Amino acid sequence: MASTIRVRATSTGETTEVQALIQHPMDTGLVKDPKGELIPAHFIQQLTFEYDGKNVFAADWGPAVSKDPYVKFSFKGGKKGDDLKVAWIDNKGASDTTTAKIQ
Amino acid sequence: MTITHAGFAATRRLILKGAGAVALAGLGNTAFSVLPALAAANDKYPEDAFRQKGDADAIKALYGRTPEPSDKVKLDAPEIAENGAVVPISVSSSLADVVSISILVSENPNALAASYKIPAGTTPSVSNRLKMAKTTNVIAIVEAGGKLYSTSKEVKVTVGGCGG
Repeated sequence: MASTIRVRATSTGETTEVQALIQHPMDTGLVKDPKGELIPAHFIQQLTFEYDGKNVFAADWGPAVSKDPYVKFSFKGGKKGDDLKVAWIDNKGASDTTTAKIQ
Repeated sequence: MTITHAGFAATRRLILKGAGAVALAGLGNTAFSVLPALAAANDKYPEDAFRQKGDADAIKALYGRTPEPSDKVKLDAPEIAENGAVVPISVSSSLADVVSISILVSENPNALAASYKIPAGTTPSVSNRLKMAKTTNVIAIVEAGGKLYSTSKEVKVTVGGCGG
């Protein structure tokens, strides 16, 4: 299965800008399906970005984050060709992780 | 949905097993049941704060104090959101030593939407997309130098983001 995470990390020399897009339903648990039954909550709770063995960004999310979440941030440092590790875990215990090369 | 990678596999699998077991045992039970398993993977997920209904309660649960309004917290949000399911929100700050940024949507069933940790060296600026049930105040909170600062803005939502 292809990774659910698409990440682009671009170095400008001093800083690295990171954009990530994750495929995830982010169900709130408040919405009913066409049969009138509640769709159970299913959303990413934690998302982390690691560079050079250190956390450079961490997110705690609730179900109010939009479906297929997008996030953008930047951090100091980061060399072209280096690895940036991205991982998430959701409220059902599912997770995914990927490693992107900084461009 | 579960994908494991070689180096990660052993610990990750353990964590997943733990989380799965707890989730099965106490579905919709207490606010704290999932925490031990998650804590192993990461910093603690602030489950309690995410469960609070109002913005004030959520801020209290997350930070334990109240923020002061500041013009050094910048909140970028649309005046009018045509689709409440996807509202782009950006928060940035000119304050020094920012350690976290949180975003709350006052009128949502649970006000706290997202909370970001900003380690040293990471720029205090984040963009994401949030759901909004109806026209609401959006509150951005920045924790810097041991203090809390906030700013807020009203977003008019023409179609809510809670359901079809």
